[in-house]
Amino acid sequence: MTSTPQRVRPRRTDEPARIPQRDRGKLGYWLHLIPGALLVGLVIFYPIVRNVRLSFFHWRGGRAPEYFAGLENWVALFSDQEFLQSFKNILLVIIAMVIVPTLLGLVIAALLFDVVGRRFGARLSSFLRATYYLPQILPIAVAGVMFSWILKPNSDGVLNQFLTVLTGSEVEINWLGGQYSTAMASVMVLMIWIQIGYPVVIFMAALQRVDPQLYEAAELDGANWFQRFRAITLPMIQPEVFVVALTTTIAALKVFAPVFILTNGGPSKSTYVPSFYAYQEFIRGTDKGYAATIASAITILVVVVAIIFIRVQNRAERKEA
Amino acid sequence: MTAVAQAPAPAPSEGGKDRRNKARPRTPAEWVMLVLAVLGALAIVFPMLLLLLNAFKSPQDYANSGPLELPQALSFEGIKTFWETQNFPRALWNSIFISTMVSIIAVVISVLNSFAIGIGRVRGRTWIVLVFLMANLVPQEMLFDPLFQLYDDMGLLSNPWSVILTFVVIQSAFGTYLLSSLLGTFPKEILEAASVDGATRWRTLRSVIVPIVRPTLSVLMVFFFIWTWNEFLLPLAFLNTSDSLTVPLLLEQLNGERQTDTTTLIAGTLISIIPTIIFFLIFQRTLTRGITAGAVK
Repeated sequence: MTSTPQRVRPRRTDEPARIPQRDRGKLGYWLHLIPGALLVGLVIFYPIVRNVRLSFFHWRGGRAPEYFAGLENWVALFSDQEFLQSFKNILLVIIAMVIVPTLLGLVIAALLFDVVGRRFGARLSSFLRATYYLPQILPIAVAGVMFSWILKPNSDGVLNQFLTVLTGSEVEINWLGGQYSTAMASVMVLMIWIQIGYPVVIFMAALQRVDPQLYEAAELDGANWFQRFRAITLPMIQPEVFVVALTTTIAALKVFAPVFILTNGGPSKSTYVPSFYAYQEFIRGTDKGYAATIASAITILVVVVAIIFIRVQNRAERKEA
Repeated sequence: MTAVAQAPAPAPSEGGKDRRNKARPRTPAEWVMLVLAVLGALAIVFPMLLLLLNAFKSPQDYANSGPLELPQALSFEGIKTFWETQNFPRALWNSIFISTMVSIIAVVISVLNSFAIGIGRVRGRTWIVLVFLMANLVPQEMLFDPLFQLYDDMGLLSNPWSVILTFVVIQSAFGTYLLSSLLGTFPKEILEAASVDGATRWRTLRSVIVPIVRPTLSVLMVFFFIWTWNEFLLPLAFLNTSDSLTVPLLLEQLNGERQTDTTTLIAGTLISIIPTIIFFLIFQRTLTRGITAGAVK
């Protein structure tokens, strides 16, 4: 994003636009950063510093004294079963929030753009696109309450009633509280449902950049739909695939609300995700130092993932240039 | 921002370019793909249709019928109970107030930041953008406990301004990132013309730059509004009294109460969705333009 059109005006990059001429320095520009810098310092960096520091202490919270712990919290973290379990779940969350939506999104976007848009009219395809996007703007909490209604245990759950009608015998599955597999699967389905519209919209926008003549030429050469998809569509929209993968991976690492509302971490803490674990420890735990360690670990992981992604992207861009 | 105006592309079947396509009749395979796309969309709206179908059943009707059956008679009992037991208008107002304030203030902060970064090209701007972006990267559980104590000391707990302050920072991170790269390509000629006319820096920002980037600012405002509206973890932590709840918090609380009747819950869920749907219908075009703004160069 930082690359400005340098060809046009190579001189521009480092020189401030000189307005007004009376005051040539950059000092005046710095002043505009003050409110933003103060706010970000207070709301973001103060908590980061406080929590990272706290991760080297034991602290019950409130007026209790702090005890220096050295690396104890960090060592404990890596042998903590609940923490490790919460990371295993994050892999499943990544499947549900990154991999499945990206793959499905590619197929749906290509379907809507290529087939529906070109053969059945642009209006229908943008209507369908809006429909796929709808869950994205619904509050996750509201979507979660809706799903927990559908997944109610016993015979008054909507899904159980469906299955009862389908199978002919009474179905009473406790989807959310019964066992790990159904609870985690429910959380994943909710995430896919919420997430699917995002890649669809981004990929469809990307497809508009692709020159239709490329497709026509390929068609003339006898390439079928799938061959065209693989040889033209995918390489052309690769940057967008990348951005979607980056943003949704980071969102997956931070996921909280679906677990909080659907399973509350249960049954028996099996559907914990790291952010939920940190939240629980801060609220109910006996050592805020340990809670701060969990939160710091996630923060570090998120930042590392972001850096790796951006580096890979920069390298890919340089190769292209 | 450059790409994707999502211009209402001329319906391809009418365009002269696609004459060859038009001449070709739709194949069965294409019909199958259309059906698949429509089925997928149906699967997305299906849970909401279920809500609509069941929100108007009386508790007895709901207990005795399947979820796919039409209500025997239109009953507003669930909606009435929800309205009487919960202070929904208050939650709605809280949500509107918080989201509106955040979207306005966050856009102002984003403009100020990106003026220095994009137009002023201050030293170390790449790093400055990264520092602001941390607000977007850092998980909310990292913020929640220190901010809780901070707001407690400041007497801001259960006060909408605790949430407003927090999300102004988080949303303006994205705004700063987006606007900085946009203003980095702002035509220098215009700035110089303003300066020749004797405009001060502040006046140039207010009367020249802001009007030109206004479309982007309105997209940002719409998104800040929705993102803030949907937030859950930090509002849950900061807003604890019943008259400070936002819409998602109110519904979540209702969901947690054991004695809540199912039809009341369904009605409440439906009512909580309505503001979002209205917003979606009003701003659909802005939304589709905006979603791609950050992703497509």
